[in-house]
Amino acid sequence: MNKINEVIRKSVPAKDIASLDIYNPTIAEKAKPGQFVVVRAFKNSERIPLTIADNDAAAGTINLTILKSGKSTHILCELQAGDTIHDVAGPLGKNTEIENFGTVAIIGGGVGIAPTLPIIKAMKKAGNHLITVFGARSKDGLIFEEKAEKYSDEFYICTDDGSKGYKGFVSDFFSDYLLKNPAKKINRVIAIGPALMMKAVSDVTKTALIKTIVSLNPIMVDGTGMCGSCRVEVAGKTKFACVDGPEFDGHEVDFKLLINRLNIYCEEEKISLEKYRESRKCRMDS
Amino acid sequence: MQNGQLKPKKEKISRTKIAEQPAGLRVNNFNEVELGYSEDEAVRESSRCLMCKIPKCIEGCPVEIDIKSFIAYIKEKEFLKALEKIQEKNSLPGVCGRVCPQEDQCEKVCILGIKDEPVAIGKLERFAADYAKKKLESGSKAPGAAGSEPGSFQTSDKSSPDANSGSSSKKIKVAIVGSGPAGLTCAGELAKMGYDVTIFEALHSPGGVLVYGIPEFRLPKSIVQEEVEFIEKLGVEIRLNAIIGKTFTIDELFQDGYQSVFLGTGAGLPYFMDIPGENYNGVYSANEYLTRVNLMKSYLFPDWDTPVKKGSVVSVVGGGNVALDSARTAKRLGAEKVYIIYRRSEVEMPGRIEEIKHAKEEGIEMVFLTNPVEIIGENGWVKKIKCIKMELGEPDDSGRRRPIAVPGSEYEIDTDIVVIAIGQGPNPVLTQTAPDIILNKRGNIVTDQKTGKTSKKGVFAGGDIVTGAATVILAMGAGKIAAEAMDEYLKTGKW
Repeated sequence: MNKINEVIRKSVPAKDIASLDIYNPTIAEKAKPGQFVVVRAFKNSERIPLTIADNDAAAGTINLTILKSGKSTHILCELQAGDTIHDVAGPLGKNTEIENFGTVAIIGGGVGIAPTLPIIKAMKKAGNHLITVFGARSKDGLIFEEKAEKYSDEFYICTDDGSKGYKGFVSDFFSDYLLKNPAKKINRVIAIGPALMMKAVSDVTKTALIKTIVSLNPIMVDGTGMCGSCRVEVAGKTKFACVDGPEFDGHEVDFKLLINRLNIYCEEEKISLEKYRESRKCRMDS
Repeated sequence: MQNGQLKPKKEKISRTKIAEQPAGLRVNNFNEVELGYSEDEAVRESSRCLMCKIPKCIEGCPVEIDIKSFIAYIKEKEFLKALEKIQEKNSLPGVCGRVCPQEDQCEKVCILGIKDEPVAIGKLERFAADYAKKKLESGSKAPGAAGSEPGSFQTSDKSSPDANSGSSSKKIKVAIVGSGPAGLTCAGELAKMGYDVTIFEALHSPGGVLVYGIPEFRLPKSIVQEEVEFIEKLGVEIRLNAIIGKTFTIDELFQDGYQSVFLGTGAGLPYFMDIPGENYNGVYSANEYLTRVNLMKSYLFPDWDTPVKKGSVVSVVGGGNVALDSARTAKRLGAEKVYIIYRRSEVEMPGRIEEIKHAKEEGIEMVFLTNPVEIIGENGWVKKIKCIKMELGEPDDSGRRRPIAVPGSEYEIDTDIVVIAIGQGPNPVLTQTAPDIILNKRGNIVTDQKTGKTSKKGVFAGGDIVTGAATVILAMGAGKIAAEAMDEYLKTGKW
């Protein structure tokens, strides 16, 4: 018998990335592409939002794929099968709009590749011609290529260092792609990844007049609309990403504000991670 | 009156002062400010009560605690009996004794208050709750609780023979959405009536505003936890991390066998001012600021993981208890200067008199008749807050004099943190997924006042989700009324 929020399976698809299947039948049954959960690892931990990368209603599991960056993600990435997460709340946010748009391009960057998977599957199922573009710093950072390629009609890889596929950013690749395929009508683009990457893709598609959906990643606390920590500006209006999003029209998002707000706790995040590393070191020494 | 007819005059006893942490000390910690009555002080204060034949105080209490009787028990040093008497009507005495605005309720109508100060009913209620807690912790046999073991008072409600007996499979299932004061009270009442009660709470801790909103220095979280445990001991199950509207819908609760649902989801949606610069770094809603500090314990960062920005000058906008709590929190986080910027004057402040006094003692500076018009930033961070001076005009709908801006009176205040505490509205997450529940134009649920019935069969609501942001005790009163109406509905099936 599995415990609620137990890590059922763990894999490490790339360096510093952990992919966890978590037992939570309720969320597994309810989750739709594009939604997220808020997770608190232990009693003293903070609450962090993580997009649901996959869900298996029959097995009662959701997949969370996490990049080690600060203290909380370090803790989560170090969990092993059999460990449990203190709190998992969700599914939260609005789900991705899925229908047969015609041709859809799905662009994932870094760990942002993970949450594109359920969208890729759903868009394919809805009958779209699917162009998938995945990007990472180098080939070691790429994840879920096989899974995505299976559903995609066209599948492309980009790496910043050129160690695999196109050398350069996904936005540059996509710009080139549009130039090389002038006759191709792309009805919708979905971009998920770092804020700068989503901004760059939105800039490319704005000139090309392709409707572009981005999944924003602001700082969150409760994730249910009660605090406004995650507020973003879309078409000049303040929105709460946790309830009004997290997906918005990339051409209307104020990315400068988003990036500025993502840096609020830089100092504190450093202190927290440093202290955690120290404590790990002490434990290893003793 | 003739001289010869003078009766021997009863010695007048003044209201018993409560011990407090000195202001200079308490601004450096999050410990409770008021230290509570000692046994002797409580007995002394209770002896001031005139034991009115028709006690007005009971009418002044939204849940009609038998104040006269519990005070009489304290006077006789039957402290646990006093608590039992309170618990007949109120499951959260440690909370209410601390945070109720007694000056507007029970104590407002106390007959002593006409010529003197009213009996300190709230502080006596708090004493009774704390006394029992202390006894429980020390594990010693409580004096006065005839034949009862320590702790047994917690389930000693004699009016509920079914509460903990009978097979649970036969019990009727009811669902409570939200574990704030309204939900906890409604759940407690229904459990005492013998129902199988489940509370669904979106956050990871139960208590609603009692855990995320009201700070530790006014309401220790251990008290909230104890009182939540009391409700659980009545047989109530609490499911955390369950967001109704997302994790489950109301219709799914009915499909799952719940026969009736109470919505006590509160007023958790923060209002912003809609002025330029509100999204700069360093601008918080009071909800976010207080949630970080109270629920996530960011005052203990980095031992607890959640950070909060401290800043040396903090400006809090608003005049209610949330503004006072935010300002006093900022001081305790180490701010050198804390302003409360309020558009009306001191007499119109909706915050509790006692807490306004506490805030002033702690060095919070009140900037009255002033309203922010813009937040000015630098490199994406708050730098100044631009304000305009106000004067008071004619009374508005709320009966308070309407503030009017004085043209050309704008000026700037240097500040590095701004906390917006101008009010909260109803969170739409739940109501968006229940279109058959009728809302008013502010987004509050429309109910029948006498029963808490909504427009959806089997669904009741109460507390801030119905009234808009109000008080803990009013939410509890609404929870209680709804519990009775739910019982009636479940027994008769009549809607």
